Amino acid sequence: MSLSTKDKETVKAFWSKVSGKSEDIGNDALSRMLVVYPQTKTYFSHWKELTPGSAPVRKHGMTVMKGVGDAVSKIEDLTAGLMELSELHAFTLRVDPANFKILSHNILVVFAIMFPKEFTAEVHVSMDKFLAALARALSEKYR
Amino acid sequence: MVEWTDFERATIKDIFSKLEYDVVGPATLARCLVVYPWTQRYFGKFGNLYNAAAIAENAMVSKHGTTILHGLDRAVKNMDDIKNTYAELSVLHSEKLHVDPDNFQLLADCLTIVVAGRFGNTFTGEVQAAFQKFLSVVVSSLGRQYH
Repeated sequence: MSLSTKDKETVKAFWSKVSGKSEDIGNDALSRMLVVYPQTKTYFSHWKELTPGSAPVRKHGMTVMKGVGDAVSKIEDLTAGLMELSELHAFTLRVDPANFKILSHNILVVFAIMFPKEFTAEVHVSMDKFLAALARALSEKYR
Repeated sequence: MVEWTDFERATIKDIFSKLEYDVVGPATLARCLVVYPWTQRYFGKFGNLYNAAAIAENAMVSKHGTTILHGLDRAVKNMDDIKNTYAELSVLHSEKLHVDPDNFQLLADCLTIVVAGRFGNTFTGEVQAAFQKFLSVVVSSLGRQYH
């Protein structure tokens, strides 16, 4: 399920429309994830607070979306482009890769809420494929 | 038995009372057929599913989408016994329709996204949690009679 030329064009076009709201997107997606999938909170026991919209959540949401934006710019070779991030997640963070799917789902929900007209079925499938490819690249170094 | 909080019960009833079944149903099924194209395997008799536009305009897809949402209605009205409410439907999907039960989750995810799009910011994290819990019970019940 690799990204077609059309997928890449769709992803870049949609990202250019939404990236201005990266901070809000990241904050909402991460907040939702922590509420809807409480098991994900286990990765953030070192934070002072985990409430939706709190400072650590907002800050980390931005970090995540910066990574997504970076991946968009490296869409032609995600595996190579995200090598360092993969090493970080594999050796230091050791996030179970199943959680990438969970966060991706919540990012898509936020897209639907914030951009109902632009997030058509065709944009949805390309973004879903892109986030899955991103997750695969992030998982590259795990074992 | 599934334990529902007052908030969860109220949220599910509220969402479904505000849904236009004949808009949300078709939109959800169409989105599922586009986003997860392998699900088209179950709709060989539905005619033109060639691209997103064709799927969106397909009358059989629309009709079936509406049917699905009315099917969900039965779970909304019987939240304390979704398992038995769906026993027959589960047998149907397994023995007659031969639907891979993994597909139920795919459709549920599409429904969440369509509902999120329609409700906007009122679809908070708490509302999403309740909605997804409801759908996970539905998905589990539909898969229960498979053997």
